[in-house]
Amino acid sequence: MKRFLEKFSTHFILIMVSLLSIFPFIWLISTSLKGNSENIFAYPPAIIPKDFTWANYTGVWHRVDFIGYFVNSMIVAGGTVLLNLILSAMAGYPLARMEFKGKKIAFFSILATIMIPFQAIMLPVYLVTLKLHLVDSVSNTAGFIGLIMPFAVSAFGIFLMRQAFLGIPKEMEEAAIIDGCSVWQLFWKVLIPMVKPSLAVLAIFTFIGSWGEFLWPSIVLTKESMYTLPVGVNNLQGMFSSNWRFIAAGSILSTIPILIFFLAMQRYFISGENEGAVKG
Amino acid sequence: MFKYYGKWAPYLFLLPAGLVLLVFFFIPFFQTVYLSFFDYSSSIYHPAAVGLANYVKLFHSPVFYKVLWNTFLYLFIAVPILAIFPLFIAILINQKIRGVTLYKILIYLPVIVSIVVAAIAFKWLYADQGILNYIVALFGMKPVGWLTDPDWALYSVIIVTIWKGIGYYMIIYLAALMSVPKELYEACDIDGANFLTKHLTVTIPHIMPTIALVTTISAISAMKVFAEIYVMTKGGPLNSSKTIVYYIYERAFENLDLGYASAMAVVLLAIVMAFSLINIFCFERNKYQL
Repeated sequence: MKRFLEKFSTHFILIMVSLLSIFPFIWLISTSLKGNSENIFAYPPAIIPKDFTWANYTGVWHRVDFIGYFVNSMIVAGGTVLLNLILSAMAGYPLARMEFKGKKIAFFSILATIMIPFQAIMLPVYLVTLKLHLVDSVSNTAGFIGLIMPFAVSAFGIFLMRQAFLGIPKEMEEAAIIDGCSVWQLFWKVLIPMVKPSLAVLAIFTFIGSWGEFLWPSIVLTKESMYTLPVGVNNLQGMFSSNWRFIAAGSILSTIPILIFFLAMQRYFISGENEGAVKG
Repeated sequence: MFKYYGKWAPYLFLLPAGLVLLVFFFIPFFQTVYLSFFDYSSSIYHPAAVGLANYVKLFHSPVFYKVLWNTFLYLFIAVPILAIFPLFIAILINQKIRGVTLYKILIYLPVIVSIVVAAIAFKWLYADQGILNYIVALFGMKPVGWLTDPDWALYSVIIVTIWKGIGYYMIIYLAALMSVPKELYEACDIDGANFLTKHLTVTIPHIMPTIALVTTISAISAMKVFAEIYVMTKGGPLNSSKTIVYYIYERAFENLDLGYASAMAVVLLAIVMAFSLINIFCFERNKYQL
């Protein structure tokens, strides 16, 4: 009896917390499916729409270039992930495996960047980006590069990859060198395939971070055609001032891609095996 | 082991990442400090070197104290809740029960959804005639101006930050809980210890380092909140929900008061660096050992 009560209350609490976690979305979905004849401010609030319609979705889809925002987000997130993988792996390798003058300085300089929040240096980062002409007023390509570069590498990624290289037995390298590999070949052909699990973790967490990034794009972007999804979604508020049916439908639409990504990759997020992937 | 690489190899490997960090971290870092000694408020093209005047102005400005106070309120409220509540949830999930994966997915969902969408969803819950005020009315109370009443706005925004963080810290705790030896729990069960004693005597002492880590991580991220405020309140009403990053953004990019904004950024830097140092030297030492 005691065990039953324990289990019951455990499930009860977990169900309540789960509901609280998704309720804001449920309510948004509910609103997005309500037709014009239904009062969305009605008391008592109706979770199940009485005047069910998809019209808000088609309406917002025709007025907002979601495909464009999605493509922009893909370019930025894809570029950010690719650069993070390459740069973090390249920097992590010598820090794990080589002896050289200035290693300590390199190590602690990279560590120091963990302590510098982007939010505190965003103004000069913007000035640097302007100076390098990496803004969308120059060209779309420049705009994308400007969106990507400040996040092209992070200390988090470098240390993650360094840990991965530390875990590879030294005999691997010796064997490859004796077989006549150069350092460059050794790195790309022997070592990189061995750190794939860490690269996957880095890719997934960088992708999520880049996909949701809002502050930087809202600082640098000037053209609507360059908007990423978060900036575009925020813009819905101004476009449809108080048309909450449209705002709700647009917000839900914008969430679908990342939701699919999350469900496909969920084991990476919730297994708890990626303790090293804790981001500060 | 024999040295198989050339003298320059390590530097060449480090070069690309080093360049990016130099241009987008170190130069901006020093420039932030440098800019804070200039006054841009009279002319954006001809700034005047003013020494510490921006800092003097900052520390005499009531708005700055308000903003700083708001940021620390954010910290004092969000951090303890984010350090304790996800641990409680993780302990509940870390049992042999059905539906664990589903619970984890649902509770983690807010973490992956864009903060902009989350803020919009909450703005809708907080609407004047919205669903939250309906619940308030059920209890016979007057409707609350969640985002329009200066006494409430900051707390309403903090709730969003907490709601979005629970799943993230829960997963960190779950990983830590796996390392607690099962035998200790079995011993507790034999002794007939109840839920509370079991976790107070076994779990908490074992995962103390993780609790400390979560505390500093959540403190650092509480110092950096921006999107929630930008989307929901723009810092208003009457600066009541304005925190330091939002104020820097407003000063730098809306008022173009670069010097003043930079002085504030230096204050933010100092606070975050203090937290990070605690984090690096006390809790993540093994991760960052040369």
